[in-house]
Amino acid sequence: MSSQNLIRIALGAYLVIFFSYLLGPLVIMSLTAFNSPGFPSVSPWECFTYEWFDVLIRDKHIRDGIINSVIIGIGTVILSVSMGLAASIVLSQIWARFRSTFYTLIIAPILIPGVVLGISTLVFWDRFGGFLGMSDGSMLGSLFHNGIFLTILGQSSFIASYTMLVFVARMQRFDPILNEAALDLGATHTQAFRKILLPFMRPAIASAAVLAFLASFENYNTTTFTIVDYKTLTTVLAQKVRLGINPSISSLAFVIIVLTIFAALIFEAVNRNKARKEAIRTGKEVEKKASVLPAFMRGNPAAFGVVLLSFIVIVMFGTAMKHSPAECKAQVFEAKQVEIKRRIEALKEKRRLKIEAQGGTRPATGAAKPGTGSSSNGSFGGVFAPSNLNNTQGD
Amino acid sequence: MMKKPIIFSEFFRNNGVLMGSALMGLVGFWLIFLVLLPQLSMLDFSFRYNLPVAEQGGPKDVYTLKNYMYLLYGSDSSHSTFNTVDLLVFVRTIIAAIAVTIFNIFLCYPLAYYLGQSKGSGFVRILVVLLIIPYWINEILRAFALRIIFGQTGMLNETLMFLHLIQEPIDFIRQDIALYAGLGYAYILLMLFPMYNVIESLDRNQIEAARDMGASWVHIHRRIVIPHAKPGIVSGATMVFMLSAGALAAPQILGGPSSLWFTQLVYQWFYESNNWQQGAAYAIVLLIATISVVLFVMKIFKVNMGDIGK
Repeated sequence: MSSQNLIRIALGAYLVIFFSYLLGPLVIMSLTAFNSPGFPSVSPWECFTYEWFDVLIRDKHIRDGIINSVIIGIGTVILSVSMGLAASIVLSQIWARFRSTFYTLIIAPILIPGVVLGISTLVFWDRFGGFLGMSDGSMLGSLFHNGIFLTILGQSSFIASYTMLVFVARMQRFDPILNEAALDLGATHTQAFRKILLPFMRPAIASAAVLAFLASFENYNTTTFTIVDYKTLTTVLAQKVRLGINPSISSLAFVIIVLTIFAALIFEAVNRNKARKEAIRTGKEVEKKASVLPAFMRGNPAAFGVVLLSFIVIVMFGTAMKHSPAECKAQVFEAKQVEIKRRIEALKEKRRLKIEAQGGTRPATGAAKPGTGSSSNGSFGGVFAPSNLNNTQGD
Repeated sequence: MMKKPIIFSEFFRNNGVLMGSALMGLVGFWLIFLVLLPQLSMLDFSFRYNLPVAEQGGPKDVYTLKNYMYLLYGSDSSHSTFNTVDLLVFVRTIIAAIAVTIFNIFLCYPLAYYLGQSKGSGFVRILVVLLIIPYWINEILRAFALRIIFGQTGMLNETLMFLHLIQEPIDFIRQDIALYAGLGYAYILLMLFPMYNVIESLDRNQIEAARDMGASWVHIHRRIVIPHAKPGIVSGATMVFMLSAGALAAPQILGGPSSLWFTQLVYQWFYESNNWQQGAAYAIVLLIATISVVLFVMKIFKVNMGDIGK
């Protein structure tokens, strides 16, 4: 029994370590968004403030970066979802002998470092333009040097592999007989695709699109090479973080974290609700009528979490309108001034004592000093030399 | 070569001309224009001189090994001394990426086993949701979070000094501790999820049966769980290794001023020296080195390409 307990304790400790490694940095980063010092830190905690959110909202570079990231994200979703879907259809039909080769080809982009993909895209389209004999002024020529165009292509080259994996998983459950039946009944191939395969793949297309958008939105390695003279959110962030950090980046991270938690909770809540309804429908569970909670939150902690989080965010918005850290900041400033004054006084006192002590001993040692002391004691009459310090303290 | 027309005609018969050519066009565009040609173009480019625009395509525009020689010997034209700075960075990048991967395997395996084998209790579902959240936070922001913690006046130093474990703040960034912690942190979930997926598919009865027959805890893992989880482990390890060796954000943000990651050298050739050819050569070296390591490991553990990405 004791060894069972030991394993349980070890497991608990391990879970705590793992999750604090994973979540701890994010929690601390979020906290720094609300502390007033210009360098993101939690200690010393000075003043609770929302001013970094204000700094963030006013930041033009970040705003432009977000707009570009969204444009690139939409382009990447369209391109990579259609390419991934086409590849998964081809994979399901290709001859068995070529299947593994083809699979290796379409999975390979995942295994190429993002930096390499970015460079190769940049180099290729630059030279392709030259190869077609296009001058820099022509329309296609400028398109091939356009950062947004290149980034969409560069990111799609590997994000299409991710979407392809989502489609392949769904495709395995597709019954090709449905398609054949449609064709036998006189549908054209395009109609059969639109009416049979596409509806079947819809959930996979939705999740692939979300995956592609998020992968595109947070990509840095490929983007930093293909973006040329544009900026995306990630390249702006990287530049800011390298040049010098301030808590407005923490506040951006906080916003993203809250949005992620929202999305995760809503997803979980919807899933649970579905599962519960299914259970009630099949008679495995009876609907409890006598409950204080509204129907969608019953037996659904995730939905409860969504409501709670919304409430917290609303409260935060409310206090952000009213809360002003000016008073607290003034206090901290005053406290710092007092502290500085105190230190100056202490230093002055120390120096005065030193001079007094030296003044007292000077007549006695003064005669010997020029001869023996000057070479070893250096400047300032040796006040700062360790031996002298000891002497004065000794007195 | 003779087989190809037959495949194509069958393909078009199955899909119709319009759909067939749309599918072929999309896949062809992807593989040829986005993957194959760019890689080949970069390879070709890496064998060329860095010439001003006017001389491109002229008599001086010939193939050369100069860019690769530079990685080996530096600017030394007699080839007697090695380019120790760049070579060291290269070796360090590969070895550190391997170390990060191994660290992640050991850290993730127990959790993957725990999550995979405890059948969907509420607590486990909460843990999975907690895991998904950091997964979608930007790589740069995660590196930034670690920088706050590892800074001179960061959380970790303050805590250690408060506990009187150290007297002076430790410069974690200059000593590369922050960098390694950051790399381990950045891609840990790409190790966890493939492992979790395969372990979840393992039939619990197998473990019970082994336990009933008196197999020890170590034995169960070595003989049953690990062999079953192998494709997931290798898949995760491949992703983590490739991404850490090719990481750019974490070294830029968490690396000390003197320590470099190989991708940073590539970046410098592109943006600071404006020598794309040299940068392309370095990128090719990185690509070949990482792919060789992955193929080598896959060969040793007898895992094939089809298992990647599951």
